[in-house]
Amino acid sequence: MKPVEILVVGGGPAGLCAAIQAAEMGSKVLVVDRNRALGGQLIKQTHMFFGSEKQYASTRGFDIAQILLDKIDQMENIEVMTNTTVLGLFEDGVATLEKDGKYIKVKPKAIVVGTGASEKTLAFPNNDLPGIYGAGAVQTLMNEYGIKPGNKVLMIGAGNIGLIVSYQLMQAGVQVEAIVEASPTIGGYLVHASKIRRMGVPIYTKYSIKEAIGTEAVEKAVIWQLDDKWQGISGTEKELEVDIICISVGLSPLSELLWQAGCEMKYLPELSGYVPARDENLQTSVKGIFVAGDVSGVEEASSAMVEGYLAGMSAAAYLGYSLYNTKELREDLLQQLNSLRHGPVGERINKGIASILIQSEAAASTEA
Amino acid sequence: MRIEEHPILNFKRGKKIRFFFNDQEVEGFEGETIAAALHAAGVKSLSHSIENHRPRGLFCAIGNCSSCLMEVNEEPNVRICVEELKDGMKVKTQKGKGDIL
Repeated sequence: MKPVEILVVGGGPAGLCAAIQAAEMGSKVLVVDRNRALGGQLIKQTHMFFGSEKQYASTRGFDIAQILLDKIDQMENIEVMTNTTVLGLFEDGVATLEKDGKYIKVKPKAIVVGTGASEKTLAFPNNDLPGIYGAGAVQTLMNEYGIKPGNKVLMIGAGNIGLIVSYQLMQAGVQVEAIVEASPTIGGYLVHASKIRRMGVPIYTKYSIKEAIGTEAVEKAVIWQLDDKWQGISGTEKELEVDIICISVGLSPLSELLWQAGCEMKYLPELSGYVPARDENLQTSVKGIFVAGDVSGVEEASSAMVEGYLAGMSAAAYLGYSLYNTKELREDLLQQLNSLRHGPVGERINKGIASILIQSEAAASTEA
Repeated sequence: MRIEEHPILNFKRGKKIRFFFNDQEVEGFEGETIAAALHAAGVKSLSHSIENHRPRGLFCAIGNCSSCLMEVNEEPNVRICVEELKDGMKVKTQKGKGDIL
């Protein structure tokens, strides 16, 4: 069995920052990612980030990934295993991994789970036709591999992802026929929405998709208006000639490993699904298992990075490592999270977190 | 359809390689996934559902949803959205659930 100090599951924004912070405090870290390269979803984000300088605001997502990867490369006490899937976290503390068809067992002293989230789909007739993608899939095809997924798209969802991906589709030369949003208001930042509207794309609020039409792939989409009870109104249908339907209706946490490890889980709509109970230092109800990023509640990559640093710090502190200024760093991270969680969206997230926060003595002990 | 010009990104493609899709020769590039190469070649329908034989394409492109399973070099149930394309690969539309090796 491979001896490991801190196992970080997932090499996205949360996991990378957790690894950097834990390694900076002196612990040995193993980062495991099932993909061929680290970076998670950052590598396909071509837009500039919001937030503050500390979360690399005004830097494009793929450049942020590079900054973090360069740091990881320079740290001798971080080992990276890509193309490796964590299969299970067991009650005796053993984690099992698969790489190239081989089964590997490791026994870490602490674990940071930063597995992220997966895209939700939407129920409508023919929603399984080829040409219907999650917004992230479209980003992968366009921004990672330089492939146009089609010529004309209907975007479902006007949250930040829906708006940003619509803009990216236009940059790739795809015509955005319409964006539909079931809510009465646009969920994403108005600065994004205005930019898209100025380019002539209609955003229909209180609208959703009625059905997709096609035989071997999408040929058309029918949208319709929704009433106050979110039901489609007959007679309001519009038919759009599209070969892509892009679904951007949110994400749900990829929390299977936490379930298996026995972490206390709760369904919280504010955090987009089943999420683990955690204390202020991001330790779950299972001692030694920490969480960071979307797996603990869907937010932005900026807060995933800050949570990553905090979880990495907590995991290292749990093993007895510290820096001369651990306390100040921790205060600063908590402050950053606080300022990222502002406005109505932030309030909702804070409300969700407050309802599953573990008040523990352990939370106080790392402050000393 | 490959994007040749992009305002932000500059795509550095690897060496051109050849592979087979249902015995038909197709071109792709080193470093991309099978799904990317098939999409570039205009292939969107990757398999058919087991019971109703409805066409299946890819949905998540990050190895989560299993909508893109195909037979690669005679191994069934390969998630082609995350499987790297290799020269000479034989990619086939899978029939049924695939046999256990």
